[in-house]
Amino acid sequence: MNATSAEQASPPVTEDALRGVLLAGERPPRPGPVSTSLTFGWRALLKIKHVPEQLVDVTMFPIMFTLMFAYLFGGALAGSTQEYLQFLLPGILVQANVMITMNTGITLNTDIQKGVFDRFRSLPVWRPSPLVGALLGDLVRYSIGSAIVIMLGLVLGFRPEGGAVGVVLSVALLLVFSFCLSWLWTMLSLILRTPNSVAGVSMMVMFPLTFVSNIFVDPKTMPGWLQAVIEVNPITHLATVVRGLMHGSVPAGEIGWVLVSSVLLVAVFGPITMVLYRNKK
Amino acid sequence: MGKLAIETRGLKKSFGKTHAVAGVDLAVSAGGVYGVLGPNGAGKTTTIRMLATLLRPDAGEAQVLGYDVVRDARSVRTRVSLTGQFASVDEDLTGVENLLLLARLLGYSRPRGRRRAADLLDAFGLANAADRQVKKYSGGMRRRIDIAASLVVPSELIFLDEPTTGLDPRSRNQVWEIVRGLVAEGTTVLLTTQYLDEADQLADRIAVIDHGKVIAEGSSGQLKASFGAGSLHVRLRAPEQRAEAERVLAGVLEVQVEPSTDPVALSARISDPERVARALAELSRGGIDVTEFALGQPSLDEVFLALTGHPSEETPKEDAA
Repeated sequence: MNATSAEQASPPVTEDALRGVLLAGERPPRPGPVSTSLTFGWRALLKIKHVPEQLVDVTMFPIMFTLMFAYLFGGALAGSTQEYLQFLLPGILVQANVMITMNTGITLNTDIQKGVFDRFRSLPVWRPSPLVGALLGDLVRYSIGSAIVIMLGLVLGFRPEGGAVGVVLSVALLLVFSFCLSWLWTMLSLILRTPNSVAGVSMMVMFPLTFVSNIFVDPKTMPGWLQAVIEVNPITHLATVVRGLMHGSVPAGEIGWVLVSSVLLVAVFGPITMVLYRNKK
Repeated sequence: MGKLAIETRGLKKSFGKTHAVAGVDLAVSAGGVYGVLGPNGAGKTTTIRMLATLLRPDAGEAQVLGYDVVRDARSVRTRVSLTGQFASVDEDLTGVENLLLLARLLGYSRPRGRRRAADLLDAFGLANAADRQVKKYSGGMRRRIDIAASLVVPSELIFLDEPTTGLDPRSRNQVWEIVRGLVAEGTTVLLTTQYLDEADQLADRIAVIDHGKVIAEGSSGQLKASFGAGSLHVRLRAPEQRAEAERVLAGVLEVQVEPSTDPVALSARISDPERVARALAELSRGGIDVTEFALGQPSLDEVFLALTGHPSEETPKEDAA
């Protein structure tokens, strides 16, 4: 009744071993939300380790954009590539990060279709933790993307007057904002059926959000109505702050703006995401 | 005994116009294996997902281990575990990483979690594959890691959604052994299956479901009594003897004998296997050469034909997402 000789290739499951392992099981106290979120973050890092191809977007996007914009527009917009780079690089850093956040939604949409998410949802853990963990793991991706942009900028001649402290602070703020913005993509990933449609819709949000801002040019020459739109775009404030910090000024009011819009993004899209997640079939 | 592990009344769930579960009543006692048998699209997975708190029922009530699946979802979640129909572990991670992930989520410290993962991999014969990504596992190994993942902490009730679909016979036997082992330790198992012989071998009681409703319930003996013990298939050497053979078989078996599309074959649903030997002896006495005969358990199709009057139809699965 137990193992037959044909099963020698892989060791059979014996009743004794099974009994032993069942009896040895314990039920430790339930871990808190921080612990489970960090554990899911660890899962995201393991996935980067096993599927390093997923870092292509965080490496290629930033390099491509920095080079393209600096050399295509530098001369025309600011007289020289060097001049423009001082203005552009903080902006490109913002754009690269916002672009990378998009991938969060696409990845989650793929991930959530798999059976393993059923298991996660049937565990007695704080319900948002699989999503929060995934976003925490993405912070690593944003950091890699930021490091690449900044290093490339330094090689090309970007000289931040705010020094290392200014650069680190601006990246930290950027990570906070990216984490909060990601809830918009998680919501989309739960509404739309396929990763392709998530990518499509995200692009439609992403392009106006980043281009209709002060990332690439000073909006002074634009028509008034457009300036008004740019003024309410949180990306504009984020770019202003990153630019300020990197070049040695601390625009306190603008930092407040960025933090408020970060909180608002989570406050709006976080609960919607969770309701969608809970009712996912 | 008498304590119910699962009790549902009028459980319903629709997706758009599809009534995936259209009023299911179940009473599953604690201990042992309860089988839910039905074709694809019958509502098995949807039912299990409601019981495991993954889906909210549209109507009706369900208690799992005494807790309401909607109001007390959290209490249910701490006491049950689910092994889904599709890989319910992360295929990109290795076997040991998957188990450690679950151990950490369930409150084990890292060192204890590691030990637990190693013990489980050992017990399930996966120690050699511990550091391989699950997507590189064979079907049988994958199923074993799926089940091992459900046993990281002890559960009173385990849901197994089609645990052996797509497995080769050897892996299927291993899964059956595991299920028997779980039950021997006092766990209640609710499993869904499309295979009558699986339900027959493992389950103490079986619910047959079709179009989202329970159409029969009982022990496998009771169910068989209601749809016959199986069928006899006979192949003759000469097609011209078929009419004569049909008459002989019908006489001894006292049931209707169906000529099949194969000109030398006959089949009959039988209620009493004892008569088969006599019927075959009668054929040879009558000079009718039988080249082949087989006595089979009724197939799922035959069960459905007997219970519903229509064969089990393969409806496209809408609840699989």
